[in-house]
Amino acid sequence: MAEVIWTTLKLAGLTTLLLLVLATPLAWWLARHRSGWKEIIGAIATLPIILPPSVLGFYLLIVLAPASPLMGLLHPFGIRTLAFTFPGLVIGSMIYSLPFAVQPIRGAFEAMGDRPMEVAATLRAGPLDAFMTVALPLARRGLLAAAILVFAHTIGEFGVVLMIGGGIPGQTEVLSVRIYSLVEALQYAEAHRLAAGLVVFSFVVLLAMLLIDRQAVRRLR
Amino acid sequence: MNASDPGVAGRFRGRLGGFQLDAAFALPARGLTALTGPSGSGKTTLMRCLAGLTRLPGHLVVDGETWQDERQFRPTHRRSVGVVFQEASLLSHLSVRGNLTYGARRAGEPRPEALDEVAELLGLSPLLGRATANLSGGERQRVALGRALLARPRLLLMDEPLSSLDADAKAEILPYLERLHRSLAIPVLYITHDASEIARLADHVLVMREGRLAEGPSPAAARDAARDRLGALGAAEKDRLALAALIAGLDPAD
Repeated sequence: MAEVIWTTLKLAGLTTLLLLVLATPLAWWLARHRSGWKEIIGAIATLPIILPPSVLGFYLLIVLAPASPLMGLLHPFGIRTLAFTFPGLVIGSMIYSLPFAVQPIRGAFEAMGDRPMEVAATLRAGPLDAFMTVALPLARRGLLAAAILVFAHTIGEFGVVLMIGGGIPGQTEVLSVRIYSLVEALQYAEAHRLAAGLVVFSFVVLLAMLLIDRQAVRRLR
Repeated sequence: MNASDPGVAGRFRGRLGGFQLDAAFALPARGLTALTGPSGSGKTTLMRCLAGLTRLPGHLVVDGETWQDERQFRPTHRRSVGVVFQEASLLSHLSVRGNLTYGARRAGEPRPEALDEVAELLGLSPLLGRATANLSGGERQRVALGRALLARPRLLLMDEPLSSLDADAKAEILPYLERLHRSLAIPVLYITHDASEIARLADHVLVMREGRLAEGPSPAAARDAARDRLGALGAAEKDRLALAALIAGLDPAD
């Protein structure tokens, strides 16, 4: 049981961390640039919200399988397949949760407007400096919202992880998949323990992050 | 205006949306030049071009340094320019001190005491530790001004810095501006609609109409001419009429 909880937390934590790093520049680009490409890229980045997890899982399985051209490129590095592996699971989770990271961060950057970056430039801050010391701090609530959503969404994810992870204990079996297997096997008592634990844990994480956010806002007043 | 010793000289000419700007200008190396004219005449656009926040074809030399010509365009963060916007636009995640030192650190201000001097000059010393959210309008604008000064500008631009303030806040901040104006050794371009601000602060006046610049009469001359004619009106009323006369004098159509 400890094993499946650890796998779940590791997946959610890694996905959140990597996605924040990747989604922030994408959200910045979407918020700040007026380009015809913007809406197309924006739509692609939002697609995972409306796609059934089985569709996403199916295509990911094809792309991560040994025969795919992408894996062909990775063969020289000793990687034959990412299907049914933990790294494959992280990649799948990141794609699945991408919109939940991009939207709040993009919203925060858009709400900020052009002025703070202009102010920073008139105070001699170069673009990267201004991004790190002005844009990111001003968008911190959007970043926090993105982190909460991605973390929670990854813990709650089922269809994609089942399809590309296969539920291998110790490697790719996460809580939602374990609960499903337990219910299938009619082991309701065990299923109850995990399900209720998940509810309580999710609630506590959300509450904690919202309180931290509230406090951060109050400190600035 | 002494054209042989320009602190700032240049010209911007180009189209921005449906708007055509064609402004040649020379500001003396010190003193405050008021830029006035009707709304939408291009004052803010000209200021943004000087700061490098908007890019139009043209050339610009400040204190002997070329900031823009046919070959180069120096980005805003590499121009020694101070900008005070119409709204204070303070960085809300930083304290008053954080706002004041943001530019100073990046501009390489060598003297640590500069912060205290500027805070003293602008009456900000008691506010340094405060967050920006609950400052009054006048306090916010003073922080914005101090922040711009501490970034060691060679050109200070102010875009109607008092227009968003109520009468009390204006009365509070004007003495600071007058004191500053006497002590500053850099050119200041100050956009305003308000004749009393011109009367109290300006050394020179430029008038902009439909994207073109013209030099106005000296503020004192405009004031005197208006006063001769207007006799016993209140001071504020006189200043308003003086400004109207000043602008009308340049454009017979008005």
